Parts: sequence; structure tokens; C-alpha cells
Amino acid sequence: MDPSEKKIIGITGVVLALFIFSILYARGKNNDLPECLPFNKTYLDPKIIKLDEKTFQVYAVAQMWQFQPAQIYIPAGSEVDFYISSKDVVHGFNISEKNVNLMAVYGNINKTTVKFERAGIYKITCHEYCGIGHQSMQAEVIVTEPPSNK
Amino acid sequence: MQISKSLRYLIYWELGIPLTLLTIGIYHGLMQTIYRAGVIHQSSFAHLDYYQGLTLHGVINAIVLTSFFAVAFGHATITFYLKREPHKWVTWLSFWLMTIGTLMAAWAMLAGKASVLYTFYPPLKAHPLFYLGAALLIVGSWIPLFSWANLYMDWKRQNPLVKTPLAVVGTLVNFTIWFVCTLAVAYEVLVLLLPWAMGWKQTINVTLARTLFWFFGHALVYFWLLPAYIMYYTMLPKLAGGKLFSDLAGRISLFLFLLFSVPVGVHHQFSDPSITRGIKMFQGLLTFGVAIPSFITAFTLAASLEYAGKKRGSKGLLGFFAKLPYLDPNKYLFAYLIGGLILFIFGGLTGIVNASGVLNAVVHNTAWLPGHFHMTVAGPVFLSIIGMSLFLYSGISGKPIFLPNVNVIIPYLWVIGILIFSTGLSWGGLIGEPRRTNLGMTYLNPKNELFTPEWVPTTMLALAGGIIMTFAALLFFIVFFGTVFSKKKEQGSLNLPVSEVLHDEKRIALFDTFKPWLIMMGIIIILAYVPAFMNASKNPGPGAPAFTPDNPVPIHPSGTTNIYNQ
Repeated sequence: MDPSEKKIIGITGVVLALFIFSILYARGKNNDLPECLPFNKTYLDPKIIKLDEKTFQVYAVAQMWQFQPAQIYIPAGSEVDFYISSKDVVHGFNISEKNVNLMAVYGNINKTTVKFERAGIYKITCHEYCGIGHQSMQAEVIVTEPPSNK
Repeated sequence: MQISKSLRYLIYWELGIPLTLLTIGIYHGLMQTIYRAGVIHQSSFAHLDYYQGLTLHGVINAIVLTSFFAVAFGHATITFYLKREPHKWVTWLSFWLMTIGTLMAAWAMLAGKASVLYTFYPPLKAHPLFYLGAALLIVGSWIPLFSWANLYMDWKRQNPLVKTPLAVVGTLVNFTIWFVCTLAVAYEVLVLLLPWAMGWKQTINVTLARTLFWFFGHALVYFWLLPAYIMYYTMLPKLAGGKLFSDLAGRISLFLFLLFSVPVGVHHQFSDPSITRGIKMFQGLLTFGVAIPSFITAFTLAASLEYAGKKRGSKGLLGFFAKLPYLDPNKYLFAYLIGGLILFIFGGLTGIVNASGVLNAVVHNTAWLPGHFHMTVAGPVFLSIIGMSLFLYSGISGKPIFLPNVNVIIPYLWVIGILIFSTGLSWGGLIGEPRRTNLGMTYLNPKNELFTPEWVPTTMLALAGGIIMTFAALLFFIVFFGTVFSKKKEQGSLNLPVSEVLHDEKRIALFDTFKPWLIMMGIIIILAYVPAFMNASKNPGPGAPAFTPDNPVPIHPSGTTNIYNQ
């Protein structure tokens, strides 16, 4: 083999090792893929649970062609655990501005956690085809200024 | 070389049927950009519904066209390089299974009984003939592999120490991947979907069905791509006036595809529930692995084109780009192939974005995705398919190309159209525009409360690109069918451009045999997929009843124990 080829292969190997190490390291520190939960009936009932002033759990249920709850009010700075399920076909659950991007699947519970720092209206859009009414399936997270800031 | 009448007609039909159906597929592609841009605010146009059209577009363009073409092109490469014709009855059995399957599925889709898109995720239920038709098309398309493998072994016995021609390795690798990955979708269709669609089984495990689908679904994209790779390695350097830089590079990348094409499907399910982060990460890493053969290919092809340009008298580091035969009507196949390569640069890079779990959360299921795959499947794959269909037909029939000067600009027109179209979709995806959605009815309808003005420029760009693409496709149909209906000028024959090799390495046994690669392939698939299937079987709760797209109430509400209080 040509010596310059050997050098290139060596450099490639080192770069590749660094690349894979960085991925594994970053993922170990901060993994925001959805959490894998076994099925549990508790989450099928749509509700918003306030754990404390800044911590909420939302059990969101997608169905043809709406989300329940359709409007989720929380104060700015809140951390929300979303538990997502579907009552019928596969739906999507996309809060584009927060990069929340989950599939809602019948008989399955999907979970992610997200912090809403700023007040505003965040649209939740269904981004998986779910039948003839798919294009009307949207809900909102409404993040309000906490009273102390007003 | 001369080929038998039977094989000649087989290839004609296997090119002609999908290209005829493609007119429907392209029409629905254009219609989607029109709906999505909010030009019309309707659920259907000319009695065809948006989602019905989207299903037709996906199934015809991405499954029917690609499968028929891969089989016809496989017959051509095997016959041309091994100087042996595949068994007559096997080839016609495969043809009829594919054709009958296509007709069944086409009926179900056109009758509006299968508007479930080409991924047919349950618990949306299609007509059973849709599933059966898809299964027949797939089974029909892998039957020729057994005849080709037979011819290959026969050739190998007579030439034990000669390197197997690269195009033959490519075709055999491609159909091995196809055979392995389709086992999963056959299981999904025959064991899970059909009994459930017939009403014999009440419920279905949706996550298991999705996991089986994506075991197939990502390998499918390499099944689309490898015929183009074969053309890039074995024909493009010759057409450019040069030589292939390295033969061994081609072999290494083809065998790497054998290893990495299948065990990566879970990267389509990064956003799915019930599959652990560990499995998603492992398959995500393997997905980066599959970028390696594409990087090897990019390097080898660039080196081959550089050699060709230099031979034609180019100067400087990148001067060779200016010296290639872009607009030579006699080398129109070069135009089709280079056009695809230009798009594939962007298709590959956006694909690496999708493979990364964190970035995928930004773009998953948004318009970014069709933006990406129109630069792969509607890029190198589509352009090489239509270019090679024309080349094979014109060569075998001995008919000259109709309007050769128009023909050579078609691929460039297509490239411009796709670049505009995909810019619109990718941009839209980054600001949350969903894919697979009739935007014109709500989000792009100023009278609707969901109107989202941010998506106006993005969908308008996609519309502009879509119009240019449709115009290019129209010109192609004129050239192709014009050629079909013109008079034979000379004795036809099966001829493929054959590239010489610049560095023709000596035969290395490891890269001229399938056995060790097949064993490795099996091991990696088991490591990557056994845990995924275990997750998909164990973590979900009760199975889902069947739904049709127009009704939130399941088809057999009384027969199922619904887990929800309706």
C-alpha cells in the first residue's frame, strides 16, 4: 500500500473514533429521545396535573381529529412532562418551536419533558396522516407570564 | 449482444408498464403542490381525493416504478455480463405476479378503498386487495434472484479465478438486500395485516407492525439506489470519456451496503414510543455506518470524473467540471446520471441530518422529509431509472431517440425543479410545516382560523419547483413514447456502456465471494433487530381495532374491548 494511503486511513480512523466518542458522550449527558415506557392505563385519561408552581404533567390523548386537552395553560418557566397516547389511528404530536416531536400510537405511551421559558402560544400540530380530517388537527400550549412579573 | 425474443419483450413490458403508470404518479405529485400552496381549498379535485392521490403518488413512483425497473435492469446486467439469459418461465412468472399485484393495488387505490399512503400504518385499514397486491408485487420482484444466482454460480464454476463483474456483484447484492428486508414486510402483510383486514383477527399491535415495516422500509431505499450506483460505477466514467478510478472501491462499498442496509430501520422510529433509547442509538450509529459506502462512492466518482476531464484537456484543480460532456445528445445518459449525482450531494447531507436523533426531533415528519427524499429517490434514483429505461428501450429495439436535443436537457430541467421544490419543503419543515397534509384546506386557507402565513413562501417555492418538474416529466414522456412509436432504424441489441478501470486491483478472494458477507449481515441484523422486536412485542398494551380514514369509530366496535371509554 502507498504510504500516503496508509496515512489517510490512519487519520480517517482517528476522526471516526472521535466522532463516535462525541456522539456517545453527548448522548450519555443529554439524551432527549422519547422515554420508553411500558403501557399503562393511567395515561389514557386526558388531564393536566400541577405537581408544583413550575412543574406539570400533561396526559395528552390524540384522536380523530383533535387533541385532548385542546388548550394547555401553564405559567412561563414551567417544566412539562408530556405523556402521549392515541385513541385510534397513529397521530403526530409536534411542537415545532420546542422541537417536541412524538408519535401517538394506540396502546402505547410516549413521553418527553420540555421546559417553556417564554410566554406565548405554542401550536401542537398533528404531523402524521390520520384520515380525512387530518389537516384540522391542532391544539395549543398557552404559556402565560407569571403574575409576579406583571 | 443479441437476446431472445422472450427476454426482449419481457424488458419492454417491464419498462413500459411502470412508465405508463408514472403519468398518474406525476400528475398527483403536481396536484399536491397545488393543494399545499393553497391554490385550491378542497378535499378533492376531479373526483380524486388529496390523500388518495398521495397514496397513488407514493405507491406508483416509489414502489411500482422502482421494483419493475430494478427487475428489468437486473435482467439486463446479468444477461449482458454473464452472457447467459435467465430462465424463461421464472422471468415470466415474476412478471405476471408483479403485474397482477400492481393491478389489484391500483384498483383498491383508484376505487378510494385504500387511502392509507404507501406506508399503510395500521390501525388505518385498507381493502385486503391492496395488501395482497403489494405482497404479490414484492414476491414477484424477488423471484428472478434465484435464476440469477443460478447463472452466477454456473459462471463462477467456469471462471473461478476471474473477478465477478462489478455490475453483477451490484445486482446480486441489491436483490439479496431486497429478499431479506421484504421477509419482514411479507410477515407484516400476511400474518398481521391481512387476517385483521379480513376481520378474522380483531386487533393489531401497531408498534410491531411499524417496526416490521421499517425493517423493510429503509432497506427499500437502497434497493432504489443500488441500480443507480451500478450505473455510476460501471457506466458513468466511460460516458464521461474516462475510466473508473478504482474497482475495489466499488466492491467494498457494495458489500458494506449488504451489511448496513437493513439494521438501521429504527432511525425512522426515533419519535416512536415503546422502543428504548439504547436501540434507537445503536441503529442510529449503524445509520452513520451506511454513509461510509456513499462517501467512498462520492470520492471514487469524483476521481473518475477528474480523470475524464483531465483527459479532455482540463486545467487546474476543479477545471475538469467544465470539460465533461453535459449536453452531448449522443451521450444523454451522462446528463441523466450527472444530474442525479448533483442532487444526491444534498440528498445525502440532509439524510445525515435525519439519522441524528437530536436533529431528527427538529425535522421528523415535517416537510423537510419529502424535501430530503426528493433529492434521493426523485434525484439519482428517478433520473437513472428514466434515463436507463430510454437507453435500454432504444438500444434493444433499434429505434432512434425521438427529439434527442430535447432529451439531453430534461435531466437539468428536473434538477432545477427539484432544487427549488426541495428548498421550499426543507425550509417549511424547519418552521414546522407538516408533511402528508392537505394544507390548502386549513393552514394555507386565509379564511380558516388555522391559517399560518409563515408557510406561504415555502409552499409557493414547492409549487414553482413542482411545475418545473412536471414540465420536465412531460418532455420525458414525449421523448419516451415518441421513441416507442417511431420506426426501427437498425438491428437492435442489448448493449451497456462498459467503463475500463484505472486502478484494476488484483482479485482479493474476500471481495469476490458472498458467504462471509452474508454471515456478517445476519449477525448485525440479529444484534440490531432482536431487541427492537422484543420491545415492540412486550411494551405496548392492547392491540388496536381497525379504522377507516373517514370515521373515528372502529369498524367492529362491538367485537373489540376498547381500552378507552368512548
